[in-house]
Amino acid sequence: MIDALATGYVYAIIVAMMMASLFVLLTTGNLIRKMIGLSLFQTTAGLFYIALSKVGGGTAPIIIDAESAVGQARAARLDPAYVEHFGVDGVVYGNPLPHVLILTAIVVGVATLSVGLAIAVRVREAYGDTELDAVRRADAAASEPEPPGPRGRPNA
Amino acid sequence: MEWTAPLLADPSLLFGAALLVMLAAILCAIVVSRKLLTSVALTGLFTLVAALWYIAMDAPDVAFTEAVVGGGVSTLILLGSILLTRESAEPVSPSRMVFPAIAVILAGVAILYAVGSIPGFGDPASPANASVGRDYLERTYKEVGIPNVVSAVLASYRGFDTLGETTVVFAAAVGVMLLLGFGERALGDPARRHEALNPDLVEEIDHHVVLRVATKIMIPLMFLFGLYVLFHGEVGAGGGFQAGVILAIALIVHALVFGLSETMRAFPAAAMRAGASAGVLIYAGVGVINMLNGGAFLDYDFLFPPPLEQALSGPDGHAGQHYGIIAIEIGVTATVASGITAIFYGFAGRAPDIASRGASRGPESGGGS
Repeated sequence: MIDALATGYVYAIIVAMMMASLFVLLTTGNLIRKMIGLSLFQTTAGLFYIALSKVGGGTAPIIIDAESAVGQARAARLDPAYVEHFGVDGVVYGNPLPHVLILTAIVVGVATLSVGLAIAVRVREAYGDTELDAVRRADAAASEPEPPGPRGRPNA
Repeated sequence: MEWTAPLLADPSLLFGAALLVMLAAILCAIVVSRKLLTSVALTGLFTLVAALWYIAMDAPDVAFTEAVVGGGVSTLILLGSILLTRESAEPVSPSRMVFPAIAVILAGVAILYAVGSIPGFGDPASPANASVGRDYLERTYKEVGIPNVVSAVLASYRGFDTLGETTVVFAAAVGVMLLLGFGERALGDPARRHEALNPDLVEEIDHHVVLRVATKIMIPLMFLFGLYVLFHGEVGAGGGFQAGVILAIALIVHALVFGLSETMRAFPAAAMRAGASAGVLIYAGVGVINMLNGGAFLDYDFLFPPPLEQALSGPDGHAGQHYGIIAIEIGVTATVASGITAIFYGFAGRAPDIASRGASRGPESGGGS
């Protein structure tokens, strides 16, 4: 239980941050602020992945020689049996796979962010505002002068 | 045998905990802020602190990407879109917050309930860390022959995946160009040439001699650093994505100090379009060469015909892997650098519209071009 609390706080804070950025995304009516919320949500999801990739006592997944000064200094801080069991050739590394996934996700994130913002800029040019309420009002005003309802259907 | 992670032997953990608290505090400030400029500045800060936290989690490649992309490019594009739209968000009435708040709290509780049964933080024996991650660590140096396992997984083992991501960047650049144009409006009107980015700065920029002289020295160094990150990505943190963003930022700095039209004359939008497509073509072309030499798509062991591969590699070398990874990283760099510069041109090229609007037209009349 104590262990779960001592390490679980990382996940708890990250989940709280994910939900806070989702809250920003859901509540605001401003398109730019919505994109900020989405971008933060992506970042916090990345934080969660990288938290899972952490290996206690590990180092960055760039292969080093266990006999070198750095390798020996790393190993000296850890239980030799632990290094033997979880290390690769005498060095304990972090898990590289989540790093790869999140690295590319960040780049894809900026690509989607820029497309979303470009659409927001065009919405501003077409409607004069980026608030969803104003856009809805403009749409309603544009459709009102037309008489509603299909009167005199041609093929009836 | 049960193992508990030796977290106390890891000095980066305390550092990481402090950074997490900072991240949470910054996010709270973003939630309550109404000025969009404040939100964007805090978002940039958030990603920079997140980059520091990635360092504490032993993920230097991710930290590097987050710092250049999140702290640099995202912030810049967000600032540009605020300039083109409005500066503050309308306040949200509390009644509209009720349902999102309930949804978010329920989702959070559900995730936290699930988090209770995933392996503990830093657990070396968790399924993710003990099976596939460890497998990559054990095999990379023997099979690919480069020390940076992240680069090897990114470019070689999961090369097809990365081809897809490069294509996403290319598609995003095409999308922004179709929505916002190629920035040609900045070139169109000679009278407004120097006003392209910030009309208020035109008068002042001549006083910024220090800025101009300093950037003239900095920009070649930034290019050099971008190339170093590209070619050093096999050995240390770095790679094509980071290098591409650094090169794009060097061009953007030039545009910010010397004006967009100057940059667009040196690096025309047509060249950026060509560069973005050439990058994807280089990447896919490497895959096709491997197929012509008898291997699978993106199997760099067949980059050269087998006799040449043996002659180049010697007994335990991996010449094909080395050259293949460098080749596709060059493709990634070309696409990312050109694509992000094209996206910047698209946003910055819209700025003269704002300058011409000025006080004559209110926000309600809109653009409608």
